[in-house]
Amino acid sequence: MLKTRIIPCLDVADGRVVKGVNFVDLIDAGDPVESARAYDAAGADELCFLDIHATHENRGTMYDLATRTAEQCFMPLTIGGGVRTTEDVRDLLLAGADKVSFNSAAVADPDVVARAADRFGSQCIVVAIDAKTVSPGKWEIFTHGGRKSTGIDAVEFAKTVTAKGAGEILLTSMDRDGTRAGFNLPLTRAIADAVSIPVIASGGVGTLQHLVDGVFEGHASAVLAASIFHFGEYTIREAKEYMAKAGIAMRLE
Amino acid sequence: MLTVLVDYDSGNLHSAEKAFQRMASETGSGSVIVSSKPEDVARADRIVLPGDGAFPACKKQLFDYSGLYEAIENAVIKKARPFMGICIGMQMMATRGLEYEITPGFNWIPGDVVRITPSDPSMKVPHMGWNDLILDSPHPVLDGLTTGNHAYFVHSYHFVVRDSAHRLAHCDYGGDITAIVGRDNMIGTQFHPEKSQAAGLRLISNFLQWNP
Repeated sequence: MLKTRIIPCLDVADGRVVKGVNFVDLIDAGDPVESARAYDAAGADELCFLDIHATHENRGTMYDLATRTAEQCFMPLTIGGGVRTTEDVRDLLLAGADKVSFNSAAVADPDVVARAADRFGSQCIVVAIDAKTVSPGKWEIFTHGGRKSTGIDAVEFAKTVTAKGAGEILLTSMDRDGTRAGFNLPLTRAIADAVSIPVIASGGVGTLQHLVDGVFEGHASAVLAASIFHFGEYTIREAKEYMAKAGIAMRLE
Repeated sequence: MLTVLVDYDSGNLHSAEKAFQRMASETGSGSVIVSSKPEDVARADRIVLPGDGAFPACKKQLFDYSGLYEAIENAVIKKARPFMGICIGMQMMATRGLEYEITPGFNWIPGDVVRITPSDPSMKVPHMGWNDLILDSPHPVLDGLTTGNHAYFVHSYHFVVRDSAHRLAHCDYGGDITAIVGRDNMIGTQFHPEKSQAAGLRLISNFLQWNP
């Protein structure tokens, strides 16, 4: 049986983890590769690096990170942030990423998803959707870190990028991100039920029950979280055991 | 001892290279290189064919390298060198791929590569993530692995073998999904051993020491 995935996400700026990982005694809590190794050892199912200040000038540091991580962690690695063209996808894949995530660029031009999927295969193309509630049962895409409204309906957009060949959707609720109040479950469910590809729920995790809710109520295939793991509140193992106890198939070996 | 990972511009070979190099060093199995040259394949003791993306595109890209497939076939079929296909590299061992169009495979292991159709239509395709292996028959490359070990899959098509003896392991995703195929000196994994942590590294290590 396919297992539900737990994906810790590291925000990276200029090659450094923005909020250091504190759950183990790392020599350098700001080194993304060291954090990645710790999560690998802890049994995380995948890793995600998000380049939050991606600019053309600092792309090199992300390639270097991807390379060094892939040399040491034999697990799937997704990289996002500032990905605009199929060339960006190519460079990140060659550097060592397994999947690359589009965000604003896919909103500006959904065909970039089709071009990337045609060239590299859907399996490595993720579309990150940042959505905000505009009225009950209605969610809109926001770009530029949630600051810029687009007027595009999130569910329709999810269907569009699926049809273009995206292999997975990383869905972040901008209403919930950082609140620790739990995933936006109606949003997660609306999108997970509308598309045939896996949806990763993100934004708002504060407790282990939130992870369970994301799967049972939100119909997510995977759950992404940052702070509850980075600060050592819960280990990956504790999260997996909690979810397994609730009846979700998890990889516990 | 030389293991060649065949590079034909199909995705990222970096982690596969590092995983094979690490296990080659741990087991004293010689060197591992990534190459597109038929002459490197010809002198290889072991050959690994990875592959990401769509079956027709991978097949075309491989055959765009002049003499590369011929060198692989010569090494694997005539000289019986140990071979491992990974993901689309495994699927191309089939008779035919039915992704988008009918594409002939190498026809080393009879069967077709068809779209995954889970019995429960709410199940997502691609089949993406960790699934537990169910071993069908013992094999030296599966030494130390047991039913219940997890491997990392990401694919929308799967290999339906004609002769069940060629299926060494499968997993369940609303029906059987072939996870490992094998015959004589060749083996293929639908999942990514280089992404499958301990179980994947064990399989790579076994392959590097396999003398069929």
